[in-house]
Amino acid sequence: MSQSAVENKKVQSDKVAGPWKEAWRGFRKSKIAVVGMGIVIFFILLAVFGPLVTMQGINEQNLPERLLPPSSTYWLGTDDFGRDILSRIVHGARISLWVGFLAVVGSALMGSLLGILAGYYGRWVDAVISRIFDIMLAFPSILLAIAVVSVLGPSLRNALIAIAIINIPNFGRLIRSKVLSIKEDEYIMSAKAIGMKDNRILFSHILPNSMAPVIVQGTLAIATAIIEAAALGFLGLGAQAPAPEWGKMLADSRPYLTNAPWTMIFPGLAIMLTVLGFNLMGDGLRDALDPRMKS
Amino acid sequence: MKEPKRILDVKGLQTTFFTDDGAIPAVDNVDFHIDEGEVLGIVGESGCGKSVTSLSIMGLVPSPPGKITEGEILFQDKDLTKLPERKMRNIRGNDIAMIFQEPMTSLNPLFTIGDQLREAIKIHKRDWSKQQIQDRAVEMMKLVGLPRAEGLMKEYPHQLSGGMRQRVMIAMALLCDPKVLIADEPTTALDVTIQAQILKLIKELNNRLNTAVLLITHDLGVVAETCERVIVMYAGKVVEEGPVNTIFKNPQHPYTRGLLESVPDMRYKKERLYSIPGNVPKPGTIQVGCRFADRCEFSFDRCVQEDPPLYQTADDHKTRCFLFDPKEAAEHDRTAVKS
Repeated sequence: MSQSAVENKKVQSDKVAGPWKEAWRGFRKSKIAVVGMGIVIFFILLAVFGPLVTMQGINEQNLPERLLPPSSTYWLGTDDFGRDILSRIVHGARISLWVGFLAVVGSALMGSLLGILAGYYGRWVDAVISRIFDIMLAFPSILLAIAVVSVLGPSLRNALIAIAIINIPNFGRLIRSKVLSIKEDEYIMSAKAIGMKDNRILFSHILPNSMAPVIVQGTLAIATAIIEAAALGFLGLGAQAPAPEWGKMLADSRPYLTNAPWTMIFPGLAIMLTVLGFNLMGDGLRDALDPRMKS
Repeated sequence: MKEPKRILDVKGLQTTFFTDDGAIPAVDNVDFHIDEGEVLGIVGESGCGKSVTSLSIMGLVPSPPGKITEGEILFQDKDLTKLPERKMRNIRGNDIAMIFQEPMTSLNPLFTIGDQLREAIKIHKRDWSKQQIQDRAVEMMKLVGLPRAEGLMKEYPHQLSGGMRQRVMIAMALLCDPKVLIADEPTTALDVTIQAQILKLIKELNNRLNTAVLLITHDLGVVAETCERVIVMYAGKVVEEGPVNTIFKNPQHPYTRGLLESVPDMRYKKERLYSIPGNVPKPGTIQVGCRFADRCEFSFDRCVQEDPPLYQTADDHKTRCFLFDPKEAAEHDRTAVKS
């Protein structure tokens, strides 16, 4: 059969660029996003390899050397027990990133599942799930987290669970709205028309197509989760002494604010930089993955 | 000559949408059948129930609010309206396949053409080997006239033009050798040259594979080019049914005449194109009488008092209009056609 030249020409290029590759191209264009990603990668490397290279122990008390300012031995100074702040921050990166990541993965999984069910099946399933989300969102998130931790008891693990729980409705609503629009797309109808099963449509067509906003929200949510974990640590509801958790370090530094400010500045800076990194990266991802931003 | 085998028989189909404004029958008491290897056209303007008819056959009427409330759809002596969802799934894609209007959005943007074709085979042919599946997919791609089929299998939908995507959709629909292909406005979103190619392809595949085609369209040109028999629908009802040639040469229902009048014709210079006065009645507003009565230049009292039945005006020609009631024939001059 003869083919029109137009149709032939359209496929001349043999290069295959998947949708993810295209998104990466868009992401690279934004310098700020790349800087954000740099910061995030830096802290990830710090968390993974840092503890192997720091010279000082994290929990060894060295009272004669307490509250020393930054020097060549203690790059970021020492705290009230004479512990090296740099080592503690490096170990703290592990805790904070781990908590942020796990909490977000947990809430994204739960939220996606609930959101997909609500969006796809609609009716009473939607009504029940959406009302639960509404109730959860009616509380200020940190208050809800405090409530959850008070029930479970203060510990880093419980703080993580609390943060995961309070973030579920954010993901749930996001996915639900995305599913609502995707399920009207024609490829869902044509998937049905070739005899595909419901759960297969859900997980192999609808889920992958609603992932873009989840990735964006996930990156931004890691930032929030890190802040929330630090806040719970600060309030004494998260990581317990002597764990080198950034929020906990901030809380412990309060009495020495005036005479040893480095005990507060460096953990605070670590929190700020990590959160900034994730936020910049998240914004870049959103621009790269949002179809409306495409030219 | 051998009597053609009936493959799909729709009897008294009524599909109702239950909305806040009450129950609205989008398709009302529709009868038609398709023979093996036949191309049947359903024509009508937007909202006349053509798409709902096709979705009813596929069992894909969005529910709620829609539901098949009456009638049966016989496919190989099985009533599809009574089949459980699990059995219906085996029929979809395998025995009855469907292609849609928008080739741009009918393919999942995240997967390659090959992924989607292979998946469509896997659903119904679970015992096939990978190689068999791949070969079948490539074979279908070639059959629908796509160049360099193997290369295209690795590409994503956005890299294909609309015409190519519609070819892919047709290939996907025909992967499992369905007996019936439902094409819901397959060419509406395409430009005219591609439209002609796709229609030619459908016709060609119909000849070669003997797949019956139910072609749903609002475009009489498409019908004339492709179909053997045609059904004209108006506001959820069949108003005229007959062979394409008969309908085009001797349209009987005033609505069909109006439709034909409003097609631009190169042979005559017209100042303005004819258009049927008024609008399609809002579904559910007309309870009694002919649904076309208020737009019809021939309407008389009986038209708004009784529902007209389908009159058999020739062996293969039916019309739902009182003008063709033998009793009325004397009073009304049915040959009066405004031109």
